Amino acid sequence: MGRKLLLEHINVPDIHTLAVYRQQGGYRAVEKALKSMSPEDVLEEVKKSGLRGRGGAGFPTGLKWSFLAKPEGVPRYLVCNADESEPGTFKDRYLMTHIPHILIEGMIVSSYALGAHTSYIYVRGEMMPQIRILEKAIAEAKAAGLLGQNILGSGYSLELYVQPGGGAYICGEETALLESLEGKRGNPRIKPPFPAVSGLYGCPTVVNNVESIAATVPIINDGGEEYAKIGIDRSTGTKLISASGNINKPGVYEIELGVPVEEFIYSDEYCGGIANGKRLKALVAGGSSVPILPANLVAKTLTGGDRLMTYESLADGGFQSGTMLGSGGFIVFDEDQCIVRNTWNFTRFYRHESCGQCSPCREGTGWMENILHKIEHGQGSMEDIDLLWNIQRNIEGNTICPLGDAAAWPVAAAIRHFRDEFEWHITHREEAQQHNYGLAHYADPLEPVAQ
Amino acid sequence: MLSIKENQPVVFSAELLAKFGEIVSRYPEGRQKSALLPVLHLVQAEYGWVSTEAMDAVAAYLNIRPIEVYEVATFYTMYFLEPRGKYTLEVCRTGPCCLVGAERIMKHIEQRLGVRENEVTTDGLFSWRGVECMAACGYGPVLQIGPEYTFYENLTEESVDQMIDTLRNKAQHEA
Amino acid sequence: MAEEEVKLTVTIDGIPVEVAPGTTILNAARQIGGDIVPPAMCYYSTLEGSGGKCRTCLVKVSKGSEKDPRPMPKLVASCRTTVMDGMEVQNISSPEVLDARKSVVEFLLINHPLDCPVCDQAGECKLQDLSYEHGVAQTQFEFRKRTFEPIDIGDKIQLHMNRCILCYRCVYVANQLTDGREHGILGRGDHAEISTYIHKGLNNDFIGNVIDVCPVGALTDKTFRFKNRVWFTKPVDAHRDCPTCSGKVTLWYKGAEVLRVTGRKDEYGEVKEFICNTCRFETKKTADWILEEPTPVDHESVISANHYYTFNPPAVIEESKKLQEANEEQLARTERLK
Repeated sequence: MGRKLLLEHINVPDIHTLAVYRQQGGYRAVEKALKSMSPEDVLEEVKKSGLRGRGGAGFPTGLKWSFLAKPEGVPRYLVCNADESEPGTFKDRYLMTHIPHILIEGMIVSSYALGAHTSYIYVRGEMMPQIRILEKAIAEAKAAGLLGQNILGSGYSLELYVQPGGGAYICGEETALLESLEGKRGNPRIKPPFPAVSGLYGCPTVVNNVESIAATVPIINDGGEEYAKIGIDRSTGTKLISASGNINKPGVYEIELGVPVEEFIYSDEYCGGIANGKRLKALVAGGSSVPILPANLVAKTLTGGDRLMTYESLADGGFQSGTMLGSGGFIVFDEDQCIVRNTWNFTRFYRHESCGQCSPCREGTGWMENILHKIEHGQGSMEDIDLLWNIQRNIEGNTICPLGDAAAWPVAAAIRHFRDEFEWHITHREEAQQHNYGLAHYADPLEPVAQ
Repeated sequence: MLSIKENQPVVFSAELLAKFGEIVSRYPEGRQKSALLPVLHLVQAEYGWVSTEAMDAVAAYLNIRPIEVYEVATFYTMYFLEPRGKYTLEVCRTGPCCLVGAERIMKHIEQRLGVRENEVTTDGLFSWRGVECMAACGYGPVLQIGPEYTFYENLTEESVDQMIDTLRNKAQHEA
Repeated sequence: MAEEEVKLTVTIDGIPVEVAPGTTILNAARQIGGDIVPPAMCYYSTLEGSGGKCRTCLVKVSKGSEKDPRPMPKLVASCRTTVMDGMEVQNISSPEVLDARKSVVEFLLINHPLDCPVCDQAGECKLQDLSYEHGVAQTQFEFRKRTFEPIDIGDKIQLHMNRCILCYRCVYVANQLTDGREHGILGRGDHAEISTYIHKGLNNDFIGNVIDVCPVGALTDKTFRFKNRVWFTKPVDAHRDCPTCSGKVTLWYKGAEVLRVTGRKDEYGEVKEFICNTCRFETKKTADWILEEPTPVDHESVISANHYYTFNPPAVIEESKKLQEANEEQLARTERLK
C-alpha cells in the first residue's frame, strides 16, 4: 500500500468541511508556514521536495517560483489552474469535490511564499458544482481567520477568489488562462514575456495546477526532504492518476511515483485489470495529447526494463517507443477498441479546441480531422496516411502554444504504432465498417533491444 | 425563466446587479473586464441564454465595447447565443467516454427526445448536444445540465430515460 | 557624461548586423535587407502588439547568444523574438526553415478561395507573393473549403471573410487608431471570423486603414471595387493639407482619373502614416492634391509591369558599354526620375 499524502483522509466523512478537515490535521501547514517560516523558507522546502508541475509539463515547481520577478511596489499574483480539460484527466475535479480545503490551504501557503496578496483559482466553467464547493470552503476558511486580513495574527493578508471559465480547453494553457481571467478570449500569449515577469494585469504571476498547489501542504508539513524520499530519481512524491477506459475500477488513485505500470493496471489496489475479461490493446498514459502506446510497449520498455509510473520511465525510448506521464490521464483501451476511430475522436477534439490564432494549428487540426474522418468511414487512401503524417509534422513545434504539439503527437503515435490498422481501414473498407481490427499483434511480446 | 424580446433593451434586476457588483469587487480597480465571464454565466442562468441585447447591457455595465463581449461570448462554448430548451443535456463525446458507450447514449437521447443536436423539443423543455471532455472520464458516459451544471454519471439508456422523466415531471409541476 | 549607446550584434544567414537592444530578429533582418528578410503576414511595425500569429516568419536560432550559445529548441517567430548579443540566426540558409515556411503557406492556402481573378487585391497581395515564392503548384487538400456567410460592414469597406488569414491587423487598427472598435474576431478555431456580430457599418474616421493593413483581399476599398486591376493603375505620391491626418497618400491613376487613394506603403507593404477616410474615400480629384512624384515600386512587383517611369537595369548592362549605348534613352530617363 503506497503512502497517501493528498488523499489520506479522503474517506473520512465530511472531510469537505473545515471542521473535519482541521480535526484531521488540516491547516497545520498554514500555521507552520506563516508563524515559523519566511517566504524564502517555504520556497526552499518546495525546491527540496523536487515537486514537478502536475498539470502536464512536469516543470519543477520550486524553480518556476524562483523565476518570479519581484519589482518594488508591483503586486504579484498566484493563479491556480483548475481548468482541468485534458481528455483522460479528472483528478482535480476529484480533489476539489471531496477535499477542497487542501487546495485552499495550499493556496495560502503558496501565496505566502510568492508574496501574493490576491490569488485566484480559475476553475473551468462546467465545474459549477466544484465552484460552489470551493466558494463555500473559502467562506468557511475566511470566517475562521485563515483568509483575509492578518491571517492567524501573522501579519500576512490574502484574498482568495474563484473564477469560472467559459468552456475552452485552451484556457488550461497558462497565458490563455490569464487572458481569460482578464475577461478576454482565451488566446495564448506570445512568449516571451513569460508570466513570471508579465502575467495577470501585466504583473509577475505564477500559474500552478491544482494538484501542485495541494502538494505544497504535505511538503510544508513533513519537509521537502521527506517528500523527496518518495518516488524515484527526479520523479518525487505522489501523483494523482485519473484512470479511465476499459478497466474494472476507473477512478482517481494516488500513487507513489515508481509503481510499475503493469501493477497499476492489473492490481486490485488500482485499476483492477481490464474490464469484462478482455485483453489490453493500447494505453494513453498521461492524457489525450501524449503518444499512445500499443500493449507490448506498456509493461516493458524497449530495452526490456519494467515500465514504471515516473516521468522518466514512461518517456523511456523517446517518442519512438515511449510516451509521457503528462497530467496522469491514464486511458486504457481493450481489444475491442478502434485506434483509428479514437485518433479521429481526439483530433476532432483538438480542432474544436484550437483558438484559431496561428495558422498551422487553425488549419492543420481541421485538415487532419477531415482525413481521419475519411479513413474511419471507409473512404481513405494509402496516400492519406502519409499526408496525415506530414501534416502533424508541420504543425508540431511551429505553433504559438503547445496545443499544436498536443494535436500532432497522438496522430503521429497512432500512425507510428498502429499503421497496419490504418491500412486495414483502407484495404478492407467495408469490413472496417462492420467490425474492429481487434488486438492483432499489438500485444505480442517484443524482443528487447540493446541500447 | 424570463425571455427577452428581440431589440428590447435589457434591464438587469437589482438582485442581479448586486451579484455583478460583488464579482467586480474581486479585481483591482480598472480591471472590471475580468468579471465578464462570470457575469455572462449569471445572465445565462437568469434568462436561459445570452441575447445581443443582454450582451450590450453587460458591456454598458462593465464599461467596455459591445464587441469585446461578442468576441468573448462566441469564443467560449458554454454561452448559448440563441434560446435553448429549459434543460440542455450536454453529453461528453470525447475519447474516454466513447470507450464506454457515449456514442450509444447520444443516439439514445436523440431518439428519446426526437430532436437532433441543438434543436429544441416542441414543448420547449429539452435540447441536447455533444460537448468535449468534461474531465469526468472515470465516470463515463456523463452529461451535465445547466445552469448549475448538475452532473449525471455512468449513464445507461435506463438512467437517461429516468432522468428525462424526472425532469419532465418537475417542469410540469412547476408550470 | 554621455552614455555609450549599446549595440548588439546578430548574424542572420551569415551576415552580421549591429542593432539596438530590443530589436526583433525580423527588424534586424530588415536592416540588412534583401533576400534574407523573412516574410511577414501578420506583423506590422506601426501596429503595437501585432505579429506572432501567421508563422511565416519562423526562423532558426542556431546560437542563442554569446552568453548562452545553446540553440533555441524550436523555430521562433522572428517578428516577436528579440535579438541577443552574439545571436546567430538562419533564415533562407536553413532547409528546416524553408520547409516550415512552405508548410505554413500550404496551411494558409488550403481554405483560401484562390479567387485571385476576381480579387481586387490581386497584384498587391502578400499571400499571392508568398505562394509564388514558397508554395507548391498542386494542392493536397481535397475537402470542401471553409466559407462564411457574407456580411455587410458599410458602404466604404468590403469584407470577404473567405480570404481572411486572421492576421488580426485590422483589429489592432481599430483599437489603436479609432476611438471605439466595432469589429473583432468572433468564434474560434477554424471558424473564427472578422465580424461586427450585429449588422453594423464601420464608419470611424480612420477605419479605412484596415484596407491598407490587410495583407490579403479580405478588406478592400468598396469605392475601387472591380474598377481596375492594380497593375493597370499608376501610383503617384501626393499630399494635401488635411485637418485630420498627415494627408500624405498614394493616388492610383488610370489615365487622368484617380481610381483609388491609399496610404503610402514602404517596401514591406507597411503604411507609416495612416490616413483619414476623407482623404481615402472623398477626395479623388487631381485638383484635391499636390502631386509629388511616381511612387517607387519594387521592380519585381506586377504593378511595375505596366509602369514606365523607372527602368531597373540588370547588372549585365552596367558591365557592358554596348548595352548601355543601346539603352541610352531608358537610362537617361531613369536618372532623371531618381
